[in-house]
Amino acid sequence: MADISYPTDARGAKPRRVMTKGNVILWSTLAVILAYYALPLYVMVVTSLKGMPEIRMGNIFSPPMEITFDAWHKAAFTACTGLNCEGLSRGFWNSVEILVPSTILSIAMASISGYAIANWRFKGSEVFFTILIFGAFIPYQVMIYPLVILLREIGLFGSLWGLVLVHTVFGMPILTLLFRNYFTSLPEELFKAARVDGAGFWGIFFRVLVPMSLPIFMVALILQMTGIWNDFLFGVIYTRPDQYPMTVQLNNIVNAVQGVKEYNVNMAATLLTGIVPLTIYFVSGKLFVRGIAAGAVKG
Amino acid sequence: MQTQRPNALFRNLTAKIAALPMIATALFVFVGCTLWTVYYSFTKSRMLPSDKWVGLQQYERLWNTPKWQIAVENLLIFGFCMMILSLVIGFVLAALLDQKIRFENTIRTIILYPFALSFIVTGLIWQWVLNPDFGIQQVVRDLGWQSFEFNPLFNPDIVIYGVLIAAVWQGSGFIMVVMLAGLRGIDEEIWKAARVDGIPRWRTYVFIIIPMMRPVFVTALVLIASGIIKVYDLVKAQTNGGPGISSEVPAKYVIDMMFGNQNLGQGFAASTMMLLSVAVILIPWAYLEFGRKKHG
Amino acid sequence: MKHETALHNLDQTAMTASQPSVSIKELDLSFGAVDVLKGLNLDIAAGEFLVLLGSSGCGKSTLLSCIAGLLDLTDGQIFINGQNVTWAEPSERGIGMVFQSYALYPQMTVEGNLGFGLRNAGVPKAEVKERIARAAKILQIEPLLKRRPAALSGGQRQRVAIGRALVRDVDVFLFDEPLSNLDAKLRADLRVEIKLLHQQLGNTMIYVTHDQVEAMTLADRIAIMKDGKIMQLGTPDAVYNQPANRYVAEFIGAPAMNFVDGKLSGTKLSFADLSVDVADYPFQSAPGGDLNVTVGLRPEHLIVGTDQLQSAATFELTAEIVEPMGADTLVWSTLDGRRFRVRLDGQTKISAGDTLSVGIAVETLNIFNAATEQRL
Repeated sequence: MADISYPTDARGAKPRRVMTKGNVILWSTLAVILAYYALPLYVMVVTSLKGMPEIRMGNIFSPPMEITFDAWHKAAFTACTGLNCEGLSRGFWNSVEILVPSTILSIAMASISGYAIANWRFKGSEVFFTILIFGAFIPYQVMIYPLVILLREIGLFGSLWGLVLVHTVFGMPILTLLFRNYFTSLPEELFKAARVDGAGFWGIFFRVLVPMSLPIFMVALILQMTGIWNDFLFGVIYTRPDQYPMTVQLNNIVNAVQGVKEYNVNMAATLLTGIVPLTIYFVSGKLFVRGIAAGAVKG
Repeated sequence: MQTQRPNALFRNLTAKIAALPMIATALFVFVGCTLWTVYYSFTKSRMLPSDKWVGLQQYERLWNTPKWQIAVENLLIFGFCMMILSLVIGFVLAALLDQKIRFENTIRTIILYPFALSFIVTGLIWQWVLNPDFGIQQVVRDLGWQSFEFNPLFNPDIVIYGVLIAAVWQGSGFIMVVMLAGLRGIDEEIWKAARVDGIPRWRTYVFIIIPMMRPVFVTALVLIASGIIKVYDLVKAQTNGGPGISSEVPAKYVIDMMFGNQNLGQGFAASTMMLLSVAVILIPWAYLEFGRKKHG
Repeated sequence: MKHETALHNLDQTAMTASQPSVSIKELDLSFGAVDVLKGLNLDIAAGEFLVLLGSSGCGKSTLLSCIAGLLDLTDGQIFINGQNVTWAEPSERGIGMVFQSYALYPQMTVEGNLGFGLRNAGVPKAEVKERIARAAKILQIEPLLKRRPAALSGGQRQRVAIGRALVRDVDVFLFDEPLSNLDAKLRADLRVEIKLLHQQLGNTMIYVTHDQVEAMTLADRIAIMKDGKIMQLGTPDAVYNQPANRYVAEFIGAPAMNFVDGKLSGTKLSFADLSVDVADYPFQSAPGGDLNVTVGLRPEHLIVGTDQLQSAATFELTAEIVEPMGADTLVWSTLDGRRFRVRLDGQTKISAGDTLSVGIAVETLNIFNAATEQRL
């Protein structure tokens, strides 16, 4: 037993010094790290609120002396990509048009597949599922061109629905895994009881499982909305320029070769594109974390 | 399979029909398209896919192309640094947040928000922050350190580290979440036992907790690795492969060849190489996972 | 008579032990606004086996964590071997602890698990080896030393966990529900081994459990806890035969004690159409006037058959349900509108619908003040 050099009249909680060496190290490390993560967003916001003359004079961290929303307006409505000078607004609506059907279709397909594998195993179901999961690791570049041919064959290449289909296909592995794991974690007795009560495949799904699986549908929704909104590769390959999603348009505006660089407009445009996933992230909070953790740890 | 009974055949049929989209995805896209690309990487395809077999010619040409060589070299440097940094930063952050500190939720929110942003947005933000005339370099010089030099985006030698800074910013929060889930999954009583044994905290982490988290580390590693190979949008937005071709990466090489240079054969060969590198990571991992389940 | 001797012994242990092994003084613990432990005092004699018993959430594990130093107190003091350890680290307190989940370090061999703390504390190699060998011998885990925890059965793991406390060469052992994760048969075996270990080592042991059989069989004294307070502290015999209040009476004993509402006037106790003279009842304080009481009758203390001649009162019951359990048979009936259980010898022939004549002995009655629920 070690010698104890504590006062003999010690009582209650051990007094803690706030400024211990450990605490100083902990909080200063955290401060540096937090600056690394938080400052870019701050820089983006302040740059987008400055005028170009002020940007050329000051440094990127200084707050704007005079707040102006001109850059925001230009980014949204008048910035040019090539011949087209409508700003990001068109890209925004394109992205919305892509997002809505893609999200609905991919979640519908994946939840049904996950349900079929989890509760109605049939010969080979695990094999297909395994292929699907391994497929998630195949680089998209490997499958991109044959898919172009496939879509061309069925007449969907270059159309909105072609892209929707691509999003559904590539969302399938992670979402199916998510739903399968969730449905497997539900008590099997529930499923058996519903079968004894005479419910069939669809009856059990819609009347028993879906109503009690709202959280996991929310997780899938968050995962897909951020994923599809943030997509660049599929958007640029499978659609025509007038249907380009917001990310593609953003890149075209910011990285346009001709003209003077307007950093404030660029940052406003970047922020505008980032606002949708950021809003989803800040609003959904724990569900977002749960979504990505569920996809990762169990996978 | 146990649920299959002769009289349940009809109901199982519904399940099979319902699973058709998944089966089609698995077979036609993941297996079919992959095999198609691998097959055509051995052909003379240029603007259009061609059936003329040329053996390994495309691969020879690929490995003799400077752009591809740089792309592979970049990927190796980027990949190695990304794995180490993500794992270290991810674990250290998770361990810090696991100390039951105040503001845990706020701190986690700040660290994770970049993960919600797209690579395009990430690339553009860092393009601006690293801008030599207005960004960090200039800010430090304005503070009085005139000779300060930090210009990764316009220096071919270090441009890939500029991309790395952005990639770590975007992705390490995610690894932190995975690690934190792993740390929280560890039995509280292990910590108590270590305290009763008088083992200092850092030793408990090094000798007990990290060994216990091996599966989490492996999972994190696989996730990081599969993300690294896919890196495309970030480079596209932040540097577009420049200056010159000094920040090219394989995924970008493939897309450029297929849709820019009308050289499908090169694109197929390059993408097959990507597939191969994934297999090199994935097969040992799957073997380990499978082996563990078998023994367990 | 028996109870008095027990009480007498208890007093002696408390008084003759010059210095308690573990002493807790006015301990308060609260998490935010929630008080978990309130003004708790407890002295544990050297070499005593004390069991903290209670249902989940009663604060028993929290109290153990406080003794171990895993939780900071809100107020109060803890002494171990006369030293104030209130601010001491767990490893400095001279305690060893055994956890419910075993908490073995999974990547180390059994030997590594036993020696890790010692090696960390800079104990010389030869001594570490010697202590491991000694602990392994006592616990009969010598053949397992090179194995990892994953390759051990639940019982073996628990032994290793005990071994880890053993090698620390400490005076006080803390057990936090060590047998809860084991199946019933193994639990019974290990229970006996822990008792044997205590007899062999003579250390002070503090043992937390929710299982009353473990508590009754192992303990020198049992502390029954509820809502962060000790409801009764006494020998197993005392808590069983003279529960200090209704909560303890209900908690200890399976099947549970029967309760009937009654009235006490002087030494005349009346309940459910019966009237009994309880002059022989060992009242703790002489009752005065009329008092509403609750009468507690253990199912196994009811007298049936020929012995009824000695009973103070008898009454008739209708057997509603009969549960034969081999060694004994449990009969369920109703008295005064409440479920009433009678435990009979397993050989008794009785079936549902039969009438059963039951007698009561005054010294086995438990009378509680209906308002305060305290024993009279």
